[in-house]
Amino acid sequence: MGHRKGMEVSIAVSHAVALARAEAIAAYPITPQTHIVEHLSSMVANGELEAEFVNVESEHSAMSACIGMSATGARTYTATSAQGLALMHEILFIASALRLPIVMTVANRALSGPLSIWNDHSDIMAAKDIGWIQIFVKNGQEAFDHTVMAFKIAENSKVLLPTIINMDGFILTHVVEAMNFVDQEMVDKFLPPYSPRHTLDPKSPVTMGAFAMPEIYTEVKMKHQVTLTDSQQVITSVWDEWANLTGRAYKPVERYKADNASTLFLTMGCLGEVAEIAVDELQAAGESVGLIELRLWRPFPFAELRAALAGANLVIICDRALSPGGAAPPVLAEVRSALYALSHRPQTLGYIIGLGGRDVSPESFKDIYAKARMEIAQGPSQEFYLYGVRG
Amino acid sequence: MSKPLDQITWQEIELGALLRKPGSAREYRVGDWRSQHPVWTKSRCIRCGVCWTVCPEPAIIQEPGGYFDMDPYYCKGCGTCARECVTGCITMVPEEE
Repeated sequence: MGHRKGMEVSIAVSHAVALARAEAIAAYPITPQTHIVEHLSSMVANGELEAEFVNVESEHSAMSACIGMSATGARTYTATSAQGLALMHEILFIASALRLPIVMTVANRALSGPLSIWNDHSDIMAAKDIGWIQIFVKNGQEAFDHTVMAFKIAENSKVLLPTIINMDGFILTHVVEAMNFVDQEMVDKFLPPYSPRHTLDPKSPVTMGAFAMPEIYTEVKMKHQVTLTDSQQVITSVWDEWANLTGRAYKPVERYKADNASTLFLTMGCLGEVAEIAVDELQAAGESVGLIELRLWRPFPFAELRAALAGANLVIICDRALSPGGAAPPVLAEVRSALYALSHRPQTLGYIIGLGGRDVSPESFKDIYAKARMEIAQGPSQEFYLYGVRG
Repeated sequence: MSKPLDQITWQEIELGALLRKPGSAREYRVGDWRSQHPVWTKSRCIRCGVCWTVCPEPAIIQEPGGYFDMDPYYCKGCGTCARECVTGCITMVPEEE
């Protein structure tokens, strides 16, 4: 049913989009996302993918065009990064409010300034409240699998919400990895054609995106909130179905050698694979340490996260973004909020790492582990630390 | 809409807050936003209809006899009519008075 092949991950993602039979794509090139849409564009030009590819003059227009195309009932895809995601910002809220199941890859990259093309999560963390489903992947295989699955999740009649797959820029987008591909027949069986509830149809006109008086705005937001929260059931059932077909199982909160561990690292995205090496080495040296990898960011999997962290004494939360002037960086704030209701909760300490492409190695995690243990023993002097900052 | 806006529950909201009926904004009582309203001095009104033409809502109605008045359900009190009136016969009066 499938085959194993080495390929640049961006190209693999574009193949996943083609296998999902995307019908409409509007995109603007931006490093490090460009290879995805560049390859899709050539597939459309070569007749390998039957889709409308709209070249636009900006990401604001890309998302606007995606909304229009999705509203006609087309299976719609786009990809962006950093400044591009920021330029789309106001339109992102409209896509989710209109319940249009657009799928977007975000090749995570640091926001300017200073100008940086390298990886961190400041782009998506500035967009965490856009009302989309948001998933993180840690390697090329996951990027491929979740791109196909995202369409099925987004288009489910109980969900109908746009979905972002976050993949770390360069570290994932530009790496060549051996991946297991699936064939068209399997994807066609897994992912039926999109059947929209409403479309822009002159024979049956409707208004999409009307304004709302104060008497109704709160009710509309409540419906969105409940739908996004409840979408977790559909997300996990789609992932389970994929596991049955491919043997590759995914959960909202992944545990790596975490049983009975006294200290747990918590990571998102490709840092998980680096932390796994550190956990292996620390465990070999007799340390009681494990790893929790947060895959599902929106809706936030509160119950699963509490269950995964409840038994630990210390959780070291690794953020790849700063919330300047805030109480905590975004992941730390969310995790602390989730744990607050527990009567016996682990201590938490935040480390901000890998900003603007700063390299993070297994040694970094081992060093953080030692520093965090020392901080906890002495009583931490700060809520969170910018790891490795000079001065 | 079948119900008044302030009685619709979140469960009853259409997917994507979609509207099926055209012209539903007619139900919005935007006149509630008003802090002032236009008053016509009929002795100076030449019934030219410039106020009716420039009203952005439209919230100006023509009465029998050809004179104009505001529709209190829709008039937001923007004052465009008073500014554009050819003879200056429209005065904006604060709501409290």
